[in-house]
Amino acid sequence: MNPQFVTDYPAVEAKFHLGERVRVRQAAPLGHIRTPFYIRGHVGEIERLCGSFPNPEELAQMRDGLPAQPLYRVRFRQKDVWPDYRGSDKDVLEIEIFQHWLERA
Amino acid sequence: MKQARKKEDQGKYQPLSYFQLMEVSLRELLVEKGVLSDEQVNAEVAAMRARTPERGARVVARAWVDAAFKERLLRNGTAACEELGLEIPALKLVAVENTPKVHNAIVCTLCSCYPRVLLGLPPDWYKSRNYRSRMVREPRAVLAEFGLRLPKEIQIRIHDSTADMRYIVLPMRPKGTEGWDEARLASIVTRDCMIGVAVPRAG
Repeated sequence: MNPQFVTDYPAVEAKFHLGERVRVRQAAPLGHIRTPFYIRGHVGEIERLCGSFPNPEELAQMRDGLPAQPLYRVRFRQKDVWPDYRGSDKDVLEIEIFQHWLERA
Repeated sequence: MKQARKKEDQGKYQPLSYFQLMEVSLRELLVEKGVLSDEQVNAEVAAMRARTPERGARVVARAWVDAAFKERLLRNGTAACEELGLEIPALKLVAVENTPKVHNAIVCTLCSCYPRVLLGLPPDWYKSRNYRSRMVREPRAVLAEFGLRLPKEIQIRIHDSTADMRYIVLPMRPKGTEGWDEARLASIVTRDCMIGVAVPRAG
């Protein structure tokens, strides 16, 4: 899968493919985390590979964040995230999530 | 009366909040150590305030009249904006397209990420906890509060802007705008249309 944006950081290899089902890690480390709490533990599918970017958790500690982590947009069904969701079954949420927060579902 | 006005001019004294104090301290230190000058800080603030949603509206209007540009915009929003002379350095812009079947809207639940170089400063409600927490949880209710009621057949896609991408909604060109030039088209593309809490109207 080609990234939408090409960056020239040394990067970890992207291991997920388009449409692959992934689970967001259920973890609660301290620090500057760009993975929202509400989505941890949920399963979605890879919508696109955005590119590879320095890990924000490392940047926040004044380190270089390298090697860069592949950043994906992951699509979740609202009904999966919120069982009592009252909109349409078709509604979705799309969230940018770094690879080290994802595992195969 | 004169006395009252004078008192009003003096404003209400408020001690600095924690974050205001931090901003002043950091700015003064940067200037004191010669990293930045006051002029540079002021110029940047002025430039930030000068950016308005008209920049984003130009991009949308071009996409409406030029299918090849639209395709490039969806593929790489940053490069497409640069074609129009809009410098958006370091901004990875993702344009998401509304269709008869899909409506997109943008939120940043973690803070208030916003494509400032294209849309200017974000409105206060975009930064409110109310919008940020409810837009991912009950988007249809939030959109209805903005006056946008969408039928259930239309899929709502909410984009949580959590990392390095920034988003702009590419709304559908409304009926009744046939033959309009780009400037006129841009005039109906409001900030809220590009966040996805409104849709453009011809009238």
